[in-house]
Amino acid sequence: MTATTESGLKKPHRVSGGEAEHGHLDELATDPISLFWRVREECGDVGMFQLADREVVLVSGAAANEEFFRAPEEDLDQAAAYPFMTPVFGEGVVFDASPEERSKAIHNSALKATHMKQHAVTIPNEVERIIAEWGDSGEIDLLDFFSELTLYTSSSCLIGRKFREQLSGRIAHLFHDLEKGTDPIAYVDYHADIESFRKRDEARAELVEFIQGVMNERIANPTEDKEDRDLMDVLVQVGFDANTITGMFISMMFAGHHTTSGTAAWTLIELLRNPDYMARVYDELDEIYGDTPPGQRPEYTFAHTRQMPQLENALKEALRLHPPLIILMRVVQKDFHVEGYEISAGQSIAVSPAVSNRLPEDFPNPDAFDPDRYDKPRQEDLVNRWTWIPFGAGRHRCVGAQFAIMQLKAIFSVLFQNYEFEMLQPSESYRNDHSKMVVQLQQPCRVAYRRRKDR
Amino acid sequence: MRIEVDLDLCQGHGMCEMEAPGIFEARRDHVEILEPEPDESRRAEVEAAVQYCPTQALRIIEDDQP
Repeated sequence: MTATTESGLKKPHRVSGGEAEHGHLDELATDPISLFWRVREECGDVGMFQLADREVVLVSGAAANEEFFRAPEEDLDQAAAYPFMTPVFGEGVVFDASPEERSKAIHNSALKATHMKQHAVTIPNEVERIIAEWGDSGEIDLLDFFSELTLYTSSSCLIGRKFREQLSGRIAHLFHDLEKGTDPIAYVDYHADIESFRKRDEARAELVEFIQGVMNERIANPTEDKEDRDLMDVLVQVGFDANTITGMFISMMFAGHHTTSGTAAWTLIELLRNPDYMARVYDELDEIYGDTPPGQRPEYTFAHTRQMPQLENALKEALRLHPPLIILMRVVQKDFHVEGYEISAGQSIAVSPAVSNRLPEDFPNPDAFDPDRYDKPRQEDLVNRWTWIPFGAGRHRCVGAQFAIMQLKAIFSVLFQNYEFEMLQPSESYRNDHSKMVVQLQQPCRVAYRRRKDR
Repeated sequence: MRIEVDLDLCQGHGMCEMEAPGIFEARRDHVEILEPEPDESRRAEVEAAVQYCPTQALRIIEDDQP
């Protein structure tokens, strides 16, 4: 029997399980993707699970996803859906703009198309710098390596090269503690007395101290030449305090950091699992950089990153199989209808990229790594614009998507022109850790590298 | 070919203008299509504009499509 509302619309069914105190919260922290699939299996396109005192209506399938992504701004509230981010950005830090406006502002400055050409040079420089210490062979932990690298690349591109010079492995470590401080227990209480929240708060306090140090230095030695000013100089000049600037720094960096870092790691893992396709990517890059005289470094440019269809398809496929965000949530402000179901104000609504990206009706052989699915005429990303959603969709689609793809192409250009890689663990032991809302690779996740002899 | 823009999705990022100048012109919060039925010779640019649109607001309708 289906419950109906006064308006004759159906109420979403609740998925099985979740008898514990906080509903399905424990399952969300252990095996969230199975939970999302069970919602679809038991309830169809629209179903519900319980997250502490929130009822989350999870929708899936192209039609329901489209309604979610097309919803007017004022009907669905994004910030209220992610309470675990409040203490990361900084409680009580008042921004002069909503996160939405801020991400737009970033897009209109650092992410502008005209800046991409400079970023496409800055990024390879950072990669060359970090691998300069590698030697002929060795081992890396994928999470540690890509987290540190992408902190340098993102800060250099988004905030400024001068600021990047002041960062170190220590700051990367603090950033990692912030990312790990996103335990879903935040849906009950984001001040809960647990280890990861204590570390989160310590990391943020140390970041504020660090930013204060940078600010003091900038104030003591003001940049005379306007051309040399980076975003930090501007923020200091406007008169923001260290706590606020730290909040801005975190909010600018956060969205692009664990996402890009994780995608880099998963692309490498999938290529190692698929050596035939890996060979196609190496051939493509060798072709592009083939004119480099022996012993010299290739010239990495924006134009080069535009002609790497094999690598681009591999990146898209890694993103489809391992989307960095597995659930996108909003809090419903005004009763909302999806496929004959009523979702009431106060409930949350969500879509799951992890489920959508593998719907068999849209992606034949959904669990297979098949980068050729993006070639013409299949173009499964463009054809399925409401279900191929590693970057979300609609007006809230990730503003950094193009920057991210370009950045990943630049990173693999340098890595693959210099080194070959090999798994050091059984293939299936590379997996994600879902215990936090920010999904990260589970450690250990080690690979070996060896300098290419043929270059 | 004919170009269609979904103005519910378009946020005026202006990527399309960079890919295919003269065909698109970005305004503050939306894009103006200057040439809705561009010449076949500009197909590569228009396809790039569709591919790189940050909000996937653009579509190409082929002449033989309804």
